[in-house]
Parts: sequence; C-alpha cells; structure tokens
Amino acid sequence: MIEFESVTKTYPGQTTAVSDFSLVVPSHRTVVLVGSSGSGKSTLLRTVNRMVEPTSGRVLIDDEDVRERDPVALRRSIGYVLQHGGLLPHRSVLDNIATVPVLNGVPKREARTAASELLERVGLDPKVGRRFPGQLSGGQQQRVGVARALAADPNILLMDEPFGAVDPIMRRELQEELLRLQADMHKTIVFVTHDVDEAFLLGDEVVVLREGGVIAQRGTPAEILGAPADDFVRDFVGADRAERELHITEVDGRTIAVDASGRPVGVLAP
Amino acid sequence: MKWLSLNWPQVVELTRDHLLLSAPAILLSVLLAVPIGRLAQQRPRLGGPLLGAASLLYAIPALPLLIIIPVIFGIPLRSPATMIIALTVYGLALLVRTAADAFGSVDPRVREAAVAVGHSPRSVFWRVDLPLAVPVLLAGVRVVAVSTVSLVTIGALIGVPSLGTLLTDGFQRGIPAEVATGVIATMLLALFFDAVLVAAGRILTPWTVSRRERLLPQEETT
Amino acid sequence: MNLFLDAIAWLADPANWSGPSGVPTRVLQHLVITFAAVAAAAILALPTGILIGHTRKGAGIVGAIAGAARAIPTLGLLTLLGLALGIGLKAPLLALIVLAIPSVLAGAYAGVQNVDSAVTGAAKAIGMSPKQVVFQVEIPLAAPVIIGGLRAATLQVVATATLAAYTADFGLGRYLFSGLKSRDYAEMLAGALLVAGLALLLELLLAAWQRSAARRIAAPARSSSAAVQPESPLVKESV
Ligand SMILES: Nc1ncnc2c1ncn2[C@@H]1O[C@H](COP(=O)(O)OP(=O)(O)O)[C@@H](O)[C@H]1O
Ligand SMILES: [Mg+2]
Repeated sequence: MIEFESVTKTYPGQTTAVSDFSLVVPSHRTVVLVGSSGSGKSTLLRTVNRMVEPTSGRVLIDDEDVRERDPVALRRSIGYVLQHGGLLPHRSVLDNIATVPVLNGVPKREARTAASELLERVGLDPKVGRRFPGQLSGGQQQRVGVARALAADPNILLMDEPFGAVDPIMRRELQEELLRLQADMHKTIVFVTHDVDEAFLLGDEVVVLREGGVIAQRGTPAEILGAPADDFVRDFVGADRAERELHITEVDGRTIAVDASGRPVGVLAP
Repeated sequence: MKWLSLNWPQVVELTRDHLLLSAPAILLSVLLAVPIGRLAQQRPRLGGPLLGAASLLYAIPALPLLIIIPVIFGIPLRSPATMIIALTVYGLALLVRTAADAFGSVDPRVREAAVAVGHSPRSVFWRVDLPLAVPVLLAGVRVVAVSTVSLVTIGALIGVPSLGTLLTDGFQRGIPAEVATGVIATMLLALFFDAVLVAAGRILTPWTVSRRERLLPQEETT
Repeated sequence: MNLFLDAIAWLADPANWSGPSGVPTRVLQHLVITFAAVAAAAILALPTGILIGHTRKGAGIVGAIAGAARAIPTLGLLTLLGLALGIGLKAPLLALIVLAIPSVLAGAYAGVQNVDSAVTGAAKAIGMSPKQVVFQVEIPLAAPVIIGGLRAATLQVVATATLAAYTADFGLGRYLFSGLKSRDYAEMLAGALLVAGLALLLELLLAAWQRSAARRIAAPARSSSAAVQPESPLVKESV
C-alpha cells in the first residue's frame, strides 16, 4: 500500500507543482494518475522513490515513511519505467535488464539467465538480448524497460507515461501486454498518463488531476465516466464526445451499439 | 615595474610588431576558412577528408612548421611572412571545422523559406547562411585569436621580433621582470582581441543579445 | 627542395642514430616527457573534471580558468619557470603540465556533463548509488569526449615539448635549437620532420582510440550515423 499524505512540492523559483495531495493506493491494484502535461503527475510519482523530496507532507509505503528508507535501497526495491525507456545505451539489452539484480549482488550469469526469461515474459525474442538499446524499435525498448523494472521482482511498479512515445498500434499492444502481465503478477502499480483512454483501460482506479497536482476526481473508470464531478472532468474525459455516447439499435435481429455519430462500435452480448 | 618604466618604448614597439603579425593571420584564417568550411558542409563527401586533413595540419608542431614553411615557400626564415603563413595554417586548421559546423547549425527550414520567398543562391549565402552562422563562427574565431596571439611569441625563437622577444631576451639575460612583462602584455593583447571580437559579435548579431557571453572563449567540444 | 634532400640525408646518416644525442634516444626522451606531463595533468584534472561534470557545479569558473590558461604563452611560462627553477627538466615539465590541464579538464567535464540526463536520471531511479552512476554510466558514456581531451592535450604537449630543449638537454627540440644556433638547416629540418612525424603518429593512434571508444558505447547500428562524433581537437597553443 502506498499512501500520499498531504504531499506538496514547490520547485525553487516555481509555482507549486503539487499541492496538498492525499491518496491511498491499495496493494495489488493499478491506480492511474491522469492529467494534462505539467499537472504534476511525474512529480507525484517521483516522490514515491525519493527522486523528488516533497516540500511538505509525506509518502508511506506499507505504513513506513519513505524518508526512513535509504534512497538507493528504496529505488532498487521499486520498479520504474520511463517514457523514453531510460535504458543504458552502452549496455546490451540483457545487461540492462540484469542491472538491478547485479547491483543487489546476484551473480552475473544467473541474472542474465533470469533476464532472458523476462524478455520472453514481456513478449520479446530472447535473441534481442544481445543487442544494444539503440538497435531496438521504440516499442521494443519500452518492453525492455518493463522487463528491467520487473527484474528485481519488486512489489511496486511506477510507470511514467511508459507508452507515450510509441505509435498507437504498438501502444495498444503494450497496454494489452501490461494487462496480461498484471493479471498474474498482482503488483501495486502507479501509472501516469495524459491519455484518458489509456487510463480507463488500465486503471482499477483513476485519479484525474488538474493544474498544480490537485485532484479533480477519483474513482473507477465507470464512476468517472458516469458521473463527472464537474465541467473540467467532463471535458477532460470527453464524456460528451460523440464516440462516448452510445445508443443501441437492432440490425438483423442483433443488438448493436452505435456512437452519437451513428458509427457502430460493437455488438451487445446476449 | 622599474624594468618596464625604463624599457617602455621597446615594449610598445614589440606590441606593435606582435599586433602586425597576429591580426593579418587571424584575418586570413577567417577569410580562407569560411569558404572552405562552407564547401565542406555542403559537400560532405569532399568535406570529410578536407576536415580530416585540416585537423592533421593542426598536429604539426609550430616550431618545426616555422622551419619547414620557408623551405616550401622559398622565403627567408626570419621574416614576418614565415610567421604569418604558419599562424594562418593553424588558424585555418582550427577554424575550418568550426566554419563547417557553423553553416551546419543553420536551420535548413530557414534556408528553404528564404529560397521560397525568392532569394538567389548568392543572396541566401550573404543574407541567411552567413549571418546565421556568425555566432558559432565567432566562438571559433575567438579561440583562434587567443591561440594566435599566444603563438606569435614562438617567433622570437627564430628571431622574428614580437612580445616573445621579451621572453627569450629576459630568459637569456636573467631578468624575470622582462619575462613577466612579456607574458602579461601577451595575455592583455589576447584579451583585447577577444573583447574586440565579442563587441563585433554584439553588433553583427543583435538578435542574440540576451545571451550572456563569457569573457574568454570556451573551448569547443563535441 | 634541396634542403629537404639534405634533411633526408641527415636522417639517413647512421652517425645520427646512435649515442646520447642519437635519434632513438631523443625520440624516447621526447615521448617520456610527453607522457609524464599528460599523465600528471590527467591525475590532477580528470577527477576534478568528472566531479564538476557530475555535480554540474563550477563549470563557469573552470571554463574561465581554462580560457585564461590558454591565453598564457607557454614560452613565457617556460622561461619564467626556467628563471625560477634553473636549467633542467623541472621547468619544462611543469610548463607542459599547465599546458595540458585545460584540455583534459574540459574534456572530462564536458563529456560527463553532456551525458543524456534522462539516462543518468534513469540509472539513479533504478537504484544506482551516485558512485555507481559515475563509474558505470557517466564515465563509460563520456569516454570518447574524455579521450578527446587527452588527445588534444597530448598533441599540444608533444608539440610543445620541443621547447624543453630551450632549458634542458632533452628531447627532439635539441635538433631544432642546435641547428638554429649553428645554422645547420639540415639538422633543424630533420628535427622538425621527426617532431611532426611523431605528433602525427600520436594523433592517429589517439584518434583511433577515441573512435573505438565511441563505437563501444554506441550501438553498432547507430555508430554509422551522427550518433558518434569523433574528434574536433579541443584547441591548442602548441609550439
Ligand atoms: N526539476 C524541476 N525543477 C523545476 N520545475 C519542475 C521540475 N520538474 C517539474 N517541474 C515543474 O513542475 C510542474 C509539474 O511537472 P511534472 O510533475 O513533470 O508534470 P507532468 O508529469 O504532469 O507533466 C511543471 O510546471 C514543471 O515545469
Ligand atoms: Mg511527466
């Protein structure tokens, strides 16, 4: 369980990036922070592994203040995936994945073998392991980033717009992959994105942020879509967008859902 | 101080000599490096070897170069021409790459827009490429200026008078004050050149005024 | 051109290849003083430069000092030190160390500072200690630029080491100065060719080292593209 308690962060010479933010992220669930660029999502995420120290307030992991923990040890116990992978360009894919286990003292051979298995788990050919990050496509790099975050088998996974830089088709595949992985891993995931559709797809719970890291609304995707708290949320999640407004029509005896502009989007199961 | 007050006229004269050796060399370096750098940037296939050759020229030590140049050009060893040619070779070697980088730093979209509104190739060069290349070019010229002024002193070893004469003469006669005067005067001259170039840069590139400049040139790094 | 033939004849003369002022001895002396000066400069400047690049603090001051150091004429420094320390190797060695420091320092701090902060940030985020970030990420990734600094310094020093002969009986500069004194242009030119050859040789070796370091950190697929920028010697005021 991750607990944000009145977290405020003001960068030197800046307005407040996050103000008085409180949230409980239950264990084994995925919570998605969604908000436009600059709304303080990354800042919040980075307070968890102490890449950012809050100006006031605190962050607890399983009831322990992260400030009590040694930052380096803390970070090794938490998986972290970034938008651009953040892979070390001078190390092979396998060595990248094995980085944290090796830092933790796992023998190199053993770590590499485990890394190779992880590659398969994230849907990559183990042969890719010998290559350098620069030789992979953006989507492949992100998969490696996920594999690296999982290498030390952390309980917590922090993901900062991990699929933001890949094309839509690849993004979709990566999202499905993550859902599949999470179905049998049950990690505690804090996922940051500015893409509402991604948030609704991945999140057990979604937190909509407005400027300055202020919570506009939190709830399950259904709750947010069904009852937007205010105009900001309605606008942000596009509750009024034509493709969100579905109607049901009968065609050849089957029940079909169409959106507001009449485009069919699916068939109702009997 | 006492030495300086007694030998004031000599220092002034040597400073003038120093200036007359370094200024033409710096000017020649710029005049030659700009077209070569532009060519290298436009034709990478030609430019690669050209830039490689330039940096090899750079590897030739100065004192030996001072001795080789008169042999190649058939001029007397102890002449200002020898000095100026050698200094130009160095300036060129240093500046050609910077010039190529400077033209490379010009946004191709700006160039395209200039062509689109009807600039001729020649006026694209004079009105777009060259002015926009000035900031990077100038950084290179500042480096060349400082190193040229400093290098002129070596001429004293083959008997070409400059502030370097104070160094060799002071050393041989064991007068630290004379050597120190030579060192300080050379550094002041370098600073003077640098200040002139910074001022010229301000005038030539009014669109970059907001950026603060350092008093001394920064080395270029990749 | 006649002079070139004379110089070649001088070089071909076996008498000039033996004894305490023979070519092999002089070349060796030249290399020794070059290596000593660059090594001393590296011991002083590499840790400093890497630290500055890592903390990103003090770059302005170092830039200013390096710029000022470049404006000092090496001949001036050498003669001043020569007057203070007397005839011998101490003065040229010290002058050469001072000459080498700015390039080594600049290469180290620029190299480390220019490592993509996303990469160092990620290394920190996955739990590398600051020391591990420096040694496992920043130094390997900065290696080509760091080597570039050493390369520029070596080039400056090997060229300027000719001046050592001005205050000591040492190195290839001896041929230049004794030729200059006795107007033996063949000897002088031969010495010049030897120094130039040695400098070019070192330059090519170090450039190859730098390129191989650049290749090592860049994925082979990218090394063909602009990802690897070789050389651009840092600047010299060599003699
Ligand atoms: N290291 C930093 N120093 C100063 N300001 C920062 C820093 N990181 C983020 N900010 C500022 O804090 C605000 C929130 O940033 P961030 O948390 O990155 O938002 P998001 O991830 O939602 O785009 C922005 O205004 C940003 O400019
Ligand atoms: Mg962000």
